[in-house]
Order: sequence, then structure tokens, then C-alpha cells
Amino acid sequence: MMADAGTLTLAALLLHALAFLLLAVAAPLRRLGRPAAYVSILCAAGSLAAAVQAWRSEAISRLVWEWLPAQGQTLATVGVLADADSTIMLTLVALVALLVQVYSLGYLSDEPAPGLGRYYTYQSLFAFSMMGLVLAPNFVQLFICWELVGLCSYLLIGYWYQRPAAARAAVKAFWVTKAGDVGLLIGIVLLWRQSGTFDLTELRVLVENGTLPTAGLSVITFCIYLGAVGKSAQFPLHVWLPDAMEGPTPVSALIHAATMVTAGVYLLLRTSWLFALTPDVLLIVAWIGAFTALLAAVLACVQDDIKRVLAYSTVSQLGYMMTAIGAGFAGVGFFHLLTHGLFKALLFLGAGAVIHAVGSNNLSEMGQLARRMPQTAIVFVVGTLSLAGIPLFAGFLSKEEILGAVWEGGLIGPFVLLMIVAFLTAFYMFRAVFLAFFGTAAAAATHASPPHDAGHDVTHVPHDPPASMALPLWILAALSMAVGIYFTFAHPAPAFTSPAWLMPSAVGVAVAGILLAWLTYQRRLIDPASFTTAFAPVYRAALARFWLDDLFERGFGAATLGFSRLIGWVDRYLVDGVLNALSAWTLTAGDDMRTMQSGRAQDYVYGVAVGLLVLLLWARWVLA
Amino acid sequence: MGLQAYLTLAAVVFCIGLFGVITRRNTIGILLGIELMLNSVNINLVAFARFSGDVTGMVFTIFTICITVAEAALGLAIVILLFRVRRTVTADHLDLLKG
Repeated sequence: MMADAGTLTLAALLLHALAFLLLAVAAPLRRLGRPAAYVSILCAAGSLAAAVQAWRSEAISRLVWEWLPAQGQTLATVGVLADADSTIMLTLVALVALLVQVYSLGYLSDEPAPGLGRYYTYQSLFAFSMMGLVLAPNFVQLFICWELVGLCSYLLIGYWYQRPAAARAAVKAFWVTKAGDVGLLIGIVLLWRQSGTFDLTELRVLVENGTLPTAGLSVITFCIYLGAVGKSAQFPLHVWLPDAMEGPTPVSALIHAATMVTAGVYLLLRTSWLFALTPDVLLIVAWIGAFTALLAAVLACVQDDIKRVLAYSTVSQLGYMMTAIGAGFAGVGFFHLLTHGLFKALLFLGAGAVIHAVGSNNLSEMGQLARRMPQTAIVFVVGTLSLAGIPLFAGFLSKEEILGAVWEGGLIGPFVLLMIVAFLTAFYMFRAVFLAFFGTAAAAATHASPPHDAGHDVTHVPHDPPASMALPLWILAALSMAVGIYFTFAHPAPAFTSPAWLMPSAVGVAVAGILLAWLTYQRRLIDPASFTTAFAPVYRAALARFWLDDLFERGFGAATLGFSRLIGWVDRYLVDGVLNALSAWTLTAGDDMRTMQSGRAQDYVYGVAVGLLVLLLWARWVLA
Repeated sequence: MGLQAYLTLAAVVFCIGLFGVITRRNTIGILLGIELMLNSVNINLVAFARFSGDVTGMVFTIFTICITVAEAALGLAIVILLFRVRRTVTADHLDLLKG
């Protein structure tokens, strides 16, 4: 017997909450490390089963409980809203969360047991919060879960909190996303003032009936979009995502590739009917998305750290999704979100296997790894081909549909940008592949650099990862292939007709990028240095991350310092000034009145006598 | 003579005593002033007792006189000690309480 979809999604959600509470409360269990991990993985497996069931049932179900009653009506509810979009997103989250948790067993095998327990506690909390976000039936629950995933991101980026770089990156991620979150909060409250409800379903009914006042709606949707800008790393708030790579690689795969960073895209999908009322904001979304995609793709070309290449590629792909949403085809962006979640998790986990084996993040210290770790090489290439958008692989159709959607939306500028990005994507990803897995063996293979990521011994020969890491890799690779093959043949009828030249040219651009990377980094027919001289200004700018980080740091620093100085002045001269004046007056008054005390007993007697006389006169003439 | 006359006498004596206490420089003089003020009270007590036909006031007066003797002895002893320590009994110089 099939349970209701709502109940199933609720079960998927609460299983992670159960794991989190168990690990958080039962400290002895948490400190055991691996048993805690098994508890968490068991719950994640159950959650995945429930999520798949809910997705297969294809029913729309809404379970809500009253949470904040106010003046006879319900201000906010908690519950789940299970429909086609949320259940498939839920399945993706559950799947990647489970695979990442299994993978972490191998990846973090050298971690001390209490640290591992802490890691799995955070992982469970993250999975719970993310599912709460995905299933949120209203903006209040969505915002709370939105902040919770941000918190988990902070905690997991700073998992190795002893490292200053990790602690710094965690704080940076928290602050930068918080800047966007303020916008989201303002947007939600403004929307509530306009419509009187937080509920997504009720809002949708209002929009479809045309009873939602549209005056000032652009401001609201723009504020909501700001939240997505922070979370989904859009320009100019993308600066936190590359730094977030300081966290453990499985965390990057789960949070900073497959699920949390796509929350912004998901939010825009959930409210696409609202954004449809404000085409001007959608235009901003599209242009910023395309610009972000290009910027991040250029940055990815100059990175030496394999995780940073992937991080910028994630930013770039998020830009793709945003552009599709901006073009008015939110479903297309969501499709790319799902396929991207699969293959980018695969790429990150593959990169994690490489880092685990080599003991370094740097491409320059890798090379010819395909001989030593053939399994990892195969799955990584599958992921790369998916990302490049080669037919038969997962990213192919979703990427081509985005290009078609943007063309259909009449956004020629973003379309051109995205075509350039498609070329760059293929180029930088295959640059990483050739540098790491093929090409020449790095001199650095014997070079005793301190282990960077996994805290692993570097003197041994790199080899394929243990089964707990290999299994998730193969599952994700198989899924990427399966999804790619399925959609290449069973091409679903899209909501628009893309021109016939689009698919060949998109594939052609990707192949050209691969060829260029092959010629440059495999055959060495083109000297990579010739690129750096040909694009010298761009190269220098990209190395400096287009000075955005510096700008933010300086700007933020100057603003904070200026504000602090102002506050300091107010405190020093206004607040303290009043107190100082009062105390000074008290002092002088006391000093003056002191002379009344002559010390002679007769004066006091005189005072007493006069006082008595006054009292007597007062009693006689005033009281009587 | 009525009660009024006695009360007036007591008031006059009291004021003279108070004036002495406030204005005399010599500590012995101040003590004398205090004696005057006390005795004005005694006059009041005796006068009231006499006019109301109740002896309580008179008994009180006996007590007061006894205590006044003790007080005078104590006061003079303090003045002598004060003179030994400070070599002066002028009230103006005894201003340790000066603020």
C-alpha cells in the first residue's frame, strides 16, 4: 500500500531530523565517530527510499499545521508541500546526501572519532534543513530553513576550524550570503504586507486570479531575488563560493555544488508565477546570470586548485540556470539544476578521490593519474563530458534547452555570453582533466608538499579510492549516463521550439573547447603561455579575481571602520559627555557646599535652633 | 501669679541659655548655658505640676536635677581631658568636624 506523498516527504524530512537529534543529544554516541556515521547513513537511506516513493507517486499533497496564530487567522504554518518539483528536488537532495555521507566514511577515515561524529551531526542537520526548504509550503518555513542551511554551510566549511583559512572562509560565506538574506527577508515581509499571506499556494491563487496588487511588486521580487543572489552565488555576491572550498570535499559536493547553492534557483522556480508579473526583474536576473556565468568561466580558466576550478564552474552553471529563469523558462533552469546536481556532485567527489590520493589540491602537482587511478579517471571524465554538454551525457540536453530558452526569450546578449561560456566550460574542464589525469607526470609527485586537504600521507603511490568512496562515484556516473542517454533519445517536447542550428552549434562549441584544451595541455602544440600573453589584461585581472574580493574587503572594511568611528565619537562625546558633565557638576556642587560644615559645634547648635524655630513657626502659621 | 508668668520666665531662661551656648567661646561657658536651658525646662515641669495639682512633674524635676549633676560632672571631666590633649578649651579651635 502506498502512503500519501505528503506523509512520505514528511518521513524523509523527519528521518534526518531524527538522526540529527540522536547525534546531537546522545553525545557518547557522537564521540564514537563511525557508529554515529552509520546511524546518520541509515537514516539518510530511509529518507532516500521515502523520497523516491513520494516522487514516483506523482501526487500533489499538502500537509500543514498551524504554527503562529494571530488575531483569529493563521499567520504562519509549518508542513510540507509535495508536488512534482519539490519531490524530485527532494529525491536529488536525499540521493546526494546519502552518497556524500557514504563517501565521507572513506574520505574522512583519518579524522578523529569525535570530529567525525560532529561532521555527521552537521550533515544530518543540513539534510533536514535543505529538505525543509525544498518542501516549505510558505515563506516563513522557507526562510527559516534557508538560514539553517546557511548555518550548516558555515559549520561545515569551518569543519577544520583549526585552519585559519577555513575559519575565515566560513565567516566570509556566512556574511556574504547574509547580505542577500536580508533582501529576501525584506521581500517576504513586503509581499506579506501586499497580499496578507505567506502561503505559497494561497499566493499562487491570488496571482492567478489577478487579485494581487502589482504596484511595487518589482521591488518585492527584486528583494527575493537578492536572497537567491547570495545563496546561488550570483555576481557580485559570488565571492564566497570559491573560498568555501576550504571545507572537506564531500561538503563541497553536497552543499556547494548539488543542493544548497541551487536553493536560490529553486526559490525562483517556486515563485516563478510571481516573477512572471515583473518582467523587468526577470531581465535583470537573466543579464546578471549570463554575466556571472562568463565571469566565473574566465576565472575557472586560471585556477590551479582543482576544487576552485569546480567551484567557479558551479558559479558559472548557476548563472546558466538563472539566465534560463530570467528568460521566463524556470522549468528549463530547474532541469539543468537537477542534472547539474548529479554530475557536479560526481565531479567534486572525483576531485575528492584525487585529492585524497595525491594529498594536494593543485593541478600542477598532479598528472598521469589515469594510470594510477583508472576508475576515478573514468568517472571524472564522465562528469566532465556531462558538464561540457556532450550528447549522451547528463548536461547535454539541459544545457541545450537553456540556450534554446534564452534564444526563445529574445535575449540575444545573454545568449551570446552563454555560448562563449559553453566554449570556456569545455576548455577549462578538459584543461583540468588533461593536467590531472593525462599529460606529463608532475615533478611534484615526489615533491614533499604538506598534505593540503585530507591530511593524508603523500609519500605513497596514488591509487583508486576505497569501496566506500568508489561506490558513490560509480552510482553518480551511472546516473549521469543514464539520465543523459534517456533524455538524448526520449527527448521530451519542450515548451518552445529551438532553432535547428542550435544543437549542432552548442555541441560544436563544446567540442572546440575540448579540442583546444587537448592541443594545449595534452599535445602541447599550443603553448599555454601564449594565452596568457594574448589575453594579458584579462589574465592578470582573473588572477586577482577581478579585484572583487579586494573591493569588498576594502569597502566593507572602510564602511565598518567609518561606522565604528562615528559610533565611537557618539559614545565618547555624547554619551560619555553627558555623564562627565553630570559628575563634574556634582563634584563642584559638593565642593561648594562643603564649606557649610565649619566643624564648630556651636554653629550646628545654631542651625538646630534656627531649624526648630522655623519648624515651630511653620507649625503655628501654616499648619494651624 | 498665673502659669503664664512661670512659662514666660522659663522661656526667657531657655533663650538666655541658648544664646550662651551659641555665643560663648569658652567651653565652660557653653556648659553653663546648657545648665540654664535644662533648668528652664525644670521650671516648666514644676509650674505645670503646681498648677495641675499632680506631683509627677515635681518627681521628674528631682530626677532631672540628679542627672544634670552627673552631666555637669561628665561635661567638666571632658573639658579637662580636652584641655590636657589640645591645650585649649576655646570652642572655635575645636573644629575637627570641619568639612
